[in-house]
Amino acid sequence: MPPSHEVILEARDLVKHFGIYQGIVLKRQIGAVKAVDGVSFDLHRGETLGIVGESGCGKSTLAKLLMVLERPTAGTVTFQGKDLFKAKNRELRRIRRDIQIVFQDPYSSLNPRMTVGDIIGEPYEIHPDVAPKAGRRKKVQELLEVVGLNPEHIHRYPHQFSGGQRQRIGIARGLALRPKVIICDEPVSALDVSIQAQVINLLEGLQEEFELAYIFIAHDLSVVRHISDRVGVMYLGKIVEIGDEAQIYDRPSHPYTQALLSAVPVPDPVDRDNRTRIVLEGDVPSPVDPPPGCSFHTRCWKAQEICSVDEPALVRRPGSDHPSACHFAEAAQIVTAHDV
Amino acid sequence: MTDPMARTSPMTSSSVVAPTAVHGSQVPPQPASGPAGPSSAAPLASKDKPRSLGSDAILELRRDPIFIVASILILFLVVMALFPGLFTGTDPRDGDLSLSRDGPSAAAWFGNDIQGRDVYARTIYGARASILVGILATLFVTLLGGTAGVLAGYFGKYVDSILSRLADIFFAIPLLLGAIIFLVSFPNDGGTSDIAAILKVTIALALLGWPSIARIMRASAIQVKQADYVQAARAVGAGNARIIRSHILPNGLAPVIVVATISLGLYIVAEATLSFLGIGLPPQVISWGGAISDAQNYIRQSPHMLLFPAAFLSVTVLAFIMLGEAVRSALDPKLR
Amino acid sequence: MNIIEQGVGPWLPDATAAPLLEIRDLQVEFRTRDGNAKAVNGVSYQLEYGQTLAVLGESGSGKSVSAQAIMGIVDSPPGFVTGGEVLFKGTDLLTLPEEQRRAIRGRHISMIFQDALSALNPVFTVGFQIGEMFTTHNGLSKKEAKLKAIELMDRVRIPAARLRVDDYPHQFSGGMRQRIMIAMAIALDPAVLIADEPTTALDVTVQAQIMELLTDLRGESNMGLILITHDLGVVADVADKIAVMYAGRIVEQASVHDIYADPAHPYTEGLLASIPRLDMKGQELAAIKGLPPNLMRIPAGCSFNPRCPYVQDVCRADPAPPLEVVPGNRRSACHFWEKVIDAPVA
Repeated sequence: MPPSHEVILEARDLVKHFGIYQGIVLKRQIGAVKAVDGVSFDLHRGETLGIVGESGCGKSTLAKLLMVLERPTAGTVTFQGKDLFKAKNRELRRIRRDIQIVFQDPYSSLNPRMTVGDIIGEPYEIHPDVAPKAGRRKKVQELLEVVGLNPEHIHRYPHQFSGGQRQRIGIARGLALRPKVIICDEPVSALDVSIQAQVINLLEGLQEEFELAYIFIAHDLSVVRHISDRVGVMYLGKIVEIGDEAQIYDRPSHPYTQALLSAVPVPDPVDRDNRTRIVLEGDVPSPVDPPPGCSFHTRCWKAQEICSVDEPALVRRPGSDHPSACHFAEAAQIVTAHDV
Repeated sequence: MTDPMARTSPMTSSSVVAPTAVHGSQVPPQPASGPAGPSSAAPLASKDKPRSLGSDAILELRRDPIFIVASILILFLVVMALFPGLFTGTDPRDGDLSLSRDGPSAAAWFGNDIQGRDVYARTIYGARASILVGILATLFVTLLGGTAGVLAGYFGKYVDSILSRLADIFFAIPLLLGAIIFLVSFPNDGGTSDIAAILKVTIALALLGWPSIARIMRASAIQVKQADYVQAARAVGAGNARIIRSHILPNGLAPVIVVATISLGLYIVAEATLSFLGIGLPPQVISWGGAISDAQNYIRQSPHMLLFPAAFLSVTVLAFIMLGEAVRSALDPKLR
Repeated sequence: MNIIEQGVGPWLPDATAAPLLEIRDLQVEFRTRDGNAKAVNGVSYQLEYGQTLAVLGESGSGKSVSAQAIMGIVDSPPGFVTGGEVLFKGTDLLTLPEEQRRAIRGRHISMIFQDALSALNPVFTVGFQIGEMFTTHNGLSKKEAKLKAIELMDRVRIPAARLRVDDYPHQFSGGMRQRIMIAMAIALDPAVLIADEPTTALDVTVQAQIMELLTDLRGESNMGLILITHDLGVVADVADKIAVMYAGRIVEQASVHDIYADPAHPYTEGLLASIPRLDMKGQELAAIKGLPPNLMRIPAGCSFNPRCPYVQDVCRADPAPPLEVVPGNRRSACHFWEKVIDAPVA
């Protein structure tokens, strides 16, 4: 089902700085970890927006902000016209039905002391108008079936399931309230390779069946390419490039994206000796003290003086058919695509 | 030499160490088990019965010899406390001065104390006070400390600051000194009933003992609070009360239970010490501490007066510590 | 013993025809209260000088345990090496006393692990830790050892090594720490380097750097490299030959080109079909059905049979299919390898 053009979620200039404090009785702020530093994007109904980045880029913090599990330092998130951070308790609770999350770690995302039935049923206890008590058990069992688990296992405990199965339970919990958006925070990274495909297929199937929009956060570029319609690349708390899947993977224009794509090993030894790789210098700068101007300029082979002074905005550039935060953005083919 | 061959341990839960005193601070074990070892890619049991972590722990306890021994001892002592008449027909208050300080004999198995009372009978009857104080003190400390700890840990910020500073203040008061001051301020007179006296000692101990439980509960709550499943509950719209009740407490209680069980024995010792010093339970309440106090001047001449109450006290404390140890092993997810 | 006293690389093959490292029918068992698990169940592979052997498998396949058995660092209890041989230049290490094994460990056969942070001691400088390899094994003085440490840090491409030699592990990033661990591992020019998931915890750009470093180092000294991983991309980039493990056994062995071009075992075929690829659009992910095996309850016959699309009755009955020779210098433990080879590649 192709994604529609209707925008259901809007993030504008999201900022989250975690303060670093010093002092015993009265604490002074001496610095801040700029985890998310100005992120904006739109999410359309039924689409999958992939967010990729390496560790420390702020994608997990972004997930928490979108779920209102953290309050932003600045910026807004609007869901179907409602400002999430301004919503009062009751209204926020109502909105929460529509935005749900699936976590990365199947071992810590389920309460080990609750049965699977209770875990999946908890959303119904909190929102009794979605499912009256009488029909709750049946709904939970239906959900178990939908995610490919045996509905008779409703009384089992999480530790009696494998990692992949636990992840399915987490997905079932996310589906319970029939949300419109599910934020998937690295949902397959902790799973075995042979199980990842099962869960990815499940997520894709559910998207079809329940008309879900996904924000799919991951560091695995291959997985993100497979499942996403549009992709945003994050570096040090900012989105440096955003476009649809073909634009990002076939015609990346930001140097960081290009370096990232060239670093991904392809599971095919053919041509491996001829492959040229862009090797970045140095380490990722600390988010406490990001470089001035363009935060990537310290490692960028294209850097000029303007890059350390003028922070490039995420806009369309002459060398690119999609927004790119680089003064010298130029599309290049890094990945040689083979159509199936 | 640093061994470059050191490996990461996939399981990184830390276990609770038994405190040497009531005032200890512990590192709680992680509530959820870590990533798979070589044999747990798929679930171990395909039994149809659900196995909660609680029932797993009970199964493990049943196999643990320490637990079995400790339980039998404690059961024995509890029965002794509830039905002393089953163990002796002699009246522990009945003293015949002509028998004063007599050693063990056929008529009096443990001999007689300085007032000619049957030491065996007094030891049996003394169990009640000691165990009652132990259990009640532990209960109060757990309720008081547990509540303070979970609120401080879960809400953090101001609530945490206030409660933690309060705990620090009480923590800084030495147990015995504080108990002495409290009990001297509320002295027992002739008219104080047994139960009132017991309650006073209990309250004194609870007021001074709650900080250590509070700290453990707080640390546990902070750790559990960060788990993904708590975030998931918040994401669904759960309120604080539900999260504390369904998520924080069940997963955070394990270290508290362990320490509380072990502390029980130590509260019994504390009571005995206070009674020994003459400010705990009044003389008309039969207790081991009191018996030891009475016997202190005659240790060399008539050791039996001290020996038997002291032995019973030691065994009781040991039984509770063993119980706590066994419970700790059973609840420790690393060993699963 | 000759092999212990031997000097440093670059390594030249011996006059004897023995491979550099060979394990034959290795068996490692884990004994727990809930039962015994055969973590390694008759595994054999060979490594030559200058060769990169990738041992590919998922969790529970036994790939890490087999390497630990080579090093002699299996957690015992609960793990016990119950059979087989570990032949290093023809000598069975399993028959050697612990003292001699220790002399070989770190000096002739070295290992690096997934998490560099916990392998490094936080209270000593990195210069000290690298230098320790020299002060303890070669009897160098502290000064000399420090110079050697700087040299090694340069060799593993840590920038400004002279300035950073007195820094502590926590002052380095994850990728840098991994390089330090590599420096310690190659300090004494081992003949064999075993890398157990060296890049799993690293970002992809750092992963590329580390893998490039490892291959360059291997090239310089001609040592043998055993790469243990689950990442099919890394393997394709770096390996010469591959041993695929499943439930404690090797199910396929072949050159890297053969395995990717045309797998001969349903598990390998399934894996290749199920991974999303950066360079392919519009693919359907053909997932392998079922769950990874429970080592306490390995199915009878071929341990892969519950998940195999080619399964027949013979697969469900003992004995498990042996590792048969397949034309083209490969092996496959499948009764129907011909069918798998003939099937069109995903």
